Order: sequence, then C-alpha cells, then structure tokens
Amino acid sequence: MMLDAPGTVARMSGAARRAEPPGRRLMRALRRRPGIARLGAIAALFGLWEIAARYWVDPMFLSPPSRVIGAIQTVFQTRGVPAALQITFWELAVAFALSVVIGLAVGLAVGLSRFSHRTFMPIIFLLYGTPQVTILPLFILYFGIGPASKIAFGVSHGIFPIIVTIVAGVQNIKPILMVSARSMGANRWQIFRWVIFPHMIPSFFAGMRLGMTGVLLGVLLAELYVSTAGIGYFTTLFTQNFDPTKLLGLISLLAAMAIVLNEFVRRAEVRFGRWREA
Amino acid sequence: MNGRSTRRDRIASRLVQLAFLVVLMTLWYLATTKWGVSHLLLPNPARVYDELRDVLGSGEFVPDLKITLTELAVAFALSSVGGITLGYVLSRSQYLIRAFEPLLAGVYSIPIILFLPLYVLFFGLGPASKIALGTTISFFPIVLNTIAGFGYVDRIYVVAARSMGASDFQLFRWVLLPAALPVILTGLRMGFTVALLSILGSETIASLAGLGHRIVHLAEAMETARMFAYIAFAVAIAASLNVIVTMLEAKGRR
Repeated sequence: MMLDAPGTVARMSGAARRAEPPGRRLMRALRRRPGIARLGAIAALFGLWEIAARYWVDPMFLSPPSRVIGAIQTVFQTRGVPAALQITFWELAVAFALSVVIGLAVGLAVGLSRFSHRTFMPIIFLLYGTPQVTILPLFILYFGIGPASKIAFGVSHGIFPIIVTIVAGVQNIKPILMVSARSMGANRWQIFRWVIFPHMIPSFFAGMRLGMTGVLLGVLLAELYVSTAGIGYFTTLFTQNFDPTKLLGLISLLAAMAIVLNEFVRRAEVRFGRWREA
Repeated sequence: MNGRSTRRDRIASRLVQLAFLVVLMTLWYLATTKWGVSHLLLPNPARVYDELRDVLGSGEFVPDLKITLTELAVAFALSSVGGITLGYVLSRSQYLIRAFEPLLAGVYSIPIILFLPLYVLFFGLGPASKIALGTTISFFPIVLNTIAGFGYVDRIYVVAARSMGASDFQLFRWVLLPAALPVILTGLRMGFTVALLSILGSETIASLAGLGHRIVHLAEAMETARMFAYIAFAVAIAASLNVIVTMLEAKGRR
C-alpha cells in the first residue's frame, strides 16, 4: 500500500491537471522549471539593454546588443584582432601549464613532509595574501611589454591556489592508509603511486580550477595594463576611439574564451574528482 | 611524538624561515652592490628604506591613500547593501534560488576585470570607474554567500520556531540571522578582499590618482627605489586591512 501511494498521487494530479484552465497550467510548468524563469530574466536584461542603448544613452558610450552581435564579425576582420586573440590564448595556455607544473612540484615538496609544511606554508600564505597587482609594474620592468610579462604575471596568480589545494589534498590523506601501506611492505614509490596519487587527484583538479581563475585574472590584468600586440591593445584602442560596439564585441569574445576555459577545467574536476564516491 | 621534539621542530622551522629571509636580503644586497644589477631594475635596499622613510615622513602618501580608501569604502558599501538585499530576497523562495543562483554563479565565473575598459568608457578615468569595478567584483561573493546563508537554513529550525508561534521578525532575528551570519560574514570578507584588489588593479591600469596610480607613475618615471617604497607601503596597507577584516569576521561569528 505504501508502494502504491506515489502512483496514486501522480494519477490524481494528472487528472487534476487536465481539469485546470490553461493559464494555471502554464504557471505550474513555470514552477517546475526554474530554468525558464532564468531565461526570461536574461531576455529581460538584454531587452532593457537594447532599449536603453537605442533611446536613452548616447551612442558614443553604449550600443545595443543586436548591433554588438552583428559587430563580432567586424571585430574579427579588424586587422590584428585574430592574431591578438591567438596571442592572448597562448599566454593563457602557457601560464596555466607552467602554474600547474610548478604548483604541483612545490605543493608536493611542501605537503609531503611535516617539517617543510610547517616551515614553508606560512611563507606561501604570506605571498598568496599579498595583492600582486601592486607589483605589476615590476613584472613589466623585468619581463618587458611582450607576452613574457603576461605569462609571468599569470603564473604568479595561478600558482598559489594550486599549491595550497595540493598541500591540503596531501595533508588530508588518512594516516591509517599510509601506515597500513607501509606495514604491508610498500616502499616510498609504491606509497606515492597507490596511496598518495589517487587521493591527490580530486584536490589536484580543484586546484586546477582555482588556478585557471587566477591565470585568467593575471593575464588579463597584465594585458589591460600594457600591451603591444595582445588583446589589451585593442580594448584601449576601442575605448579611446569611443567605439562601444567593437569594444563590447571584443569583450564578449574574451568572456566566451574565459567561460570555455573555465568550463573545460570544471568538467575535468567533476569527471576525475568522483572516483571515491563510485 | 613527545613535547620536546615538537618544540625542537618548531624552533628549527622558525630558523629556516629566518635563514630564508636573510638569504633573500643578502642576495638582494649583493645583486645591487657587487654584481652590478642596474639600480633602475633593482634598487639598493638601503635606498628603498630611505625612500620609504621619506614617503612616510613627508606625508606625501596621504592624498593617494585617501582616494584609494574612499573608493574602497564606497564600492564595498554599495556591493554589501546590494548583495545582502538581493541575496535575502532571492533566498526567501526555493524557486527563486533555483532560478537565479546558477545565473549569478555563472556570471561570477567570468573574469569581471574585462568590464574595466567598458567602465572607463562609461565613467571616465576618475574614481567612478574604480568604484564601479570594485562594486561589480565584490557584489558576487556577497550575494552568493547571502543566498547560501539564508537559503539553506535547516527547515526543522524554521518549522520548530513557527510551531512555537514565532512572528516573522522573531523568526528572522532568532533563527535565520544566527544561522546565516557566519556564511554572510565570509562572503563580506571575500568581497572586501577582491574589492581592494580590483581597485588597486584598476588604478594601476587606468587612473588619475590613488596608490596604484602612484606606483605606475613612479615606474614610468624610472624612480624604482621610490616605487619599491610605495609597493611596500601599499602591501602593508592591504595586509593590515585584510587582517582587520579577518578579525572582525572571527568576532562576528561568535
């Protein structure tokens, strides 16, 4: 009888739904799918933007989304923009790869020994906590105004969250697992391969996601600060020319790039972070 | 492990930290005096110290600091009022949470620093564009944490309070607020930190005044020693603000 109950309810509500007026049925469908309300809100925002840009705001400062979407193609055809996007993408990729490699090495070195953990973690937290934007001019001074300074600045933002999550992941391994592996005669490499490594994977991917956020921030900050060929050059150009259509188009392209990169790393985190639950 | 050996360990790690600092300073000193690194790239530590004393003594930093702190205060006030209000309103219905939380979290994952050129176009080079950027960036952690704080209060407490006859205000004051406060305070601290970062960053990128602007100005004038002094000053200000905010958060949690 208990098993039967949900079915009865479903049948009853099915009958009730057929008797409802269509307006109420729409409301009910909306209630069950919050996604529709979300899309509605997004559409309303875009509508407001369109109206504001067409009728209220000076076209020197804001242009409507309909024109921006059309302008993305013109942005692509502007001389130098595809190359600039490519350069920015490479800066992001190289900075991210370097952050992951260095962060992993430092994180393991610091996390695997109690002594180095106690000694170096305060230093790492201190560096992580300092606002690195204040030393952005130094990066330009040392690495020049080309891609090298953007990569270095991106690494300086991406590396610390990776180190901190790797260390936390290594530290969170239950000591009993290490002890039992050792008592069953595992050597150092075997402990690393079969105990530490699998336990590290979830925090490794969590760190990669945070590191990607940091790298995006660092590279884009440095690009916006000074740039000769990257994307920052064109944002400055479009701003100074009061060309909001192209500026908004370029910003949407960059935002799309950031969303794709973030989503890529987030998917990897979900995919590889789940082994323990399975 | 007994007490003595942990104590010896702690002393050893302090010593290594100290040695790390000493080696760093020595290398810096040797690089500038013996190895002939240009003072335009790396100024002598003694000169940086002199410049820092001059900056602090002459009070030259006051106008810039005032501008940066004003921008920070306005941006943080706007984003915390807006973020907590919107977060509370959304958190009152599971439906609204499910509809809008993913939207806010999605926008939060875009690097909002990208809006800076746009804000410079809208609001000019003055403080307004920095305030706008700081507000936008700090709004998201605050609103998301407010939703998380108010929206996921255990229903049992709410039902229990209601069945004992609590009014709306009593429910808010004695159930929802105490349950949500720690999460909201964390959001406020995160918001404050990113607001400070983004304001310093946007001053560095495009501005007329402020600490970030002063550092860039000195970099462009190749006055590296004074720039190092200002960087040390800005880092110290940021660090002490962050310590104060963390302490306030810990205090508010109790």
